[in-house]
Amino acid sequence: MKLHAILAASAVIAATGFGTATIAQDLPFPVQARQGQMKMMGLNLGMLVSMARGDAEYDADRAQIAAGNLVALSSVDQAFHWPEGTDNMTLVGTRALPEIWENLPDFQEKYVALGAAADGLAAVAGDGLDPMRAAFGPVGAACGACHDSYQAED
Amino acid sequence: MRRFLLILVILALVSAGAFFALTMPARVAPEELADLTGNADAGESVFWAGGCASCHAGADAEGEDRRVLSGGQRLASEFGTFVAPNVSPDPERGIGDWTLAEFVTAMQNGISPEGRHYYPAFPYTAYRMATRQDMADLFAFINTLPASDRPSEPHQVSFPVTITRGIGLWKLLHLQDDYVIDADLTEQEARGRYLAEALAHCAECHTPRDATGGLDRTRWMAGAPNPTGRGTIPALTPDELTWSVEEIAAYLNDGFAPDFDTAGGQMAEVVQNLSNLTPEDRLAIAAYLKALPPLAE
Repeated sequence: MKLHAILAASAVIAATGFGTATIAQDLPFPVQARQGQMKMMGLNLGMLVSMARGDAEYDADRAQIAAGNLVALSSVDQAFHWPEGTDNMTLVGTRALPEIWENLPDFQEKYVALGAAADGLAAVAGDGLDPMRAAFGPVGAACGACHDSYQAED
Repeated sequence: MRRFLLILVILALVSAGAFFALTMPARVAPEELADLTGNADAGESVFWAGGCASCHAGADAEGEDRRVLSGGQRLASEFGTFVAPNVSPDPERGIGDWTLAEFVTAMQNGISPEGRHYYPAFPYTAYRMATRQDMADLFAFINTLPASDRPSEPHQVSFPVTITRGIGLWKLLHLQDDYVIDADLTEQEARGRYLAEALAHCAECHTPRDATGGLDRTRWMAGAPNPTGRGTIPALTPDELTWSVEEIAAYLNDGFAPDFDTAGGQMAEVVQNLSNLTPEDRLAIAAYLKALPPLAE
């Protein structure tokens, strides 16, 4: 009896565990790719956020590298990243709202705005903490402007 | 038979009377506020902590436009769609001709100057816990903002939600005069509780609701379905939100999570509001969240 309960419990744990793993692996390749792009942005943003917050010492070289990477990452053409049917109503594991596909021109405009903000940041990121911080504001605003409209909370 | 009908009529009259008495809108008397002088500068931080602009600024307003409280944003719920009204200082279309007593009655009792109950999409259940001084300061600040002549729109609700008198009954259940978290708190945690429970009304989204649409105070900040119908609003209890106090406070200022993802959806606007607070106040909110009872309890 007790053995049965343990077996049943492990079956449930295994099933839910594998279930989650399966979902993550089964996300369409374009979704994985765009999430990877976001993660790379996050890593590089993080370097700058830590310096801007004062959690890490300002380092001109590292700031310049991070800003340059953000320019590169935000100039990737996303033509293949957002196929129809990859919103959060259709798939588990994405926070992309269906509004993206209802407002594609605005969505693309916001991505272009991120690129422009990243250019502005890369121009001054190595010039000192204050110039970097000032130019970082528009980058954060560009992230937020898009997430505000097109990314779900959870 | 006639006697039965008579009893029925009397019963109906008694319950109608009880309904009428129980749902009677309660006003704040001007004499109660006679000693208060509103300070508009102090009111600005109440304004941002209270998140007024999140609903009352125009849809898609950014930057300085978030100070124009023209209304028009839509709040979806299972009871219908509520449209935030114009609360700019315009005397015709906004609240420019209101007295302080009318403002406090609206903010803390949920009653309009005409004596009607407001729908609780307007979080007076939270603002009720705010100090009268903060309300007077907020009123003074709102009166310094630009006026908008945009007319308020009717809510998109259907019968029986249209009977606003019924909200009086709802208030008997849900309009409470005490904090949800009544544990022994440090001074910092208590400040955070004031900001989170009385002003910022975090629980309106982060706490699940019961069948009557009231917040389930036994599952405070336990996360909830997103009222837009998609996904969930995350839990904020310390077993679920495992970021440090400093990480939470920093997120409330610049919107960057510890993995440097940024705030999405409505939370992006909440961050815009809270970035106007002092660092101490953001730390206080974070400390309060850490003092919440974990979900498992």
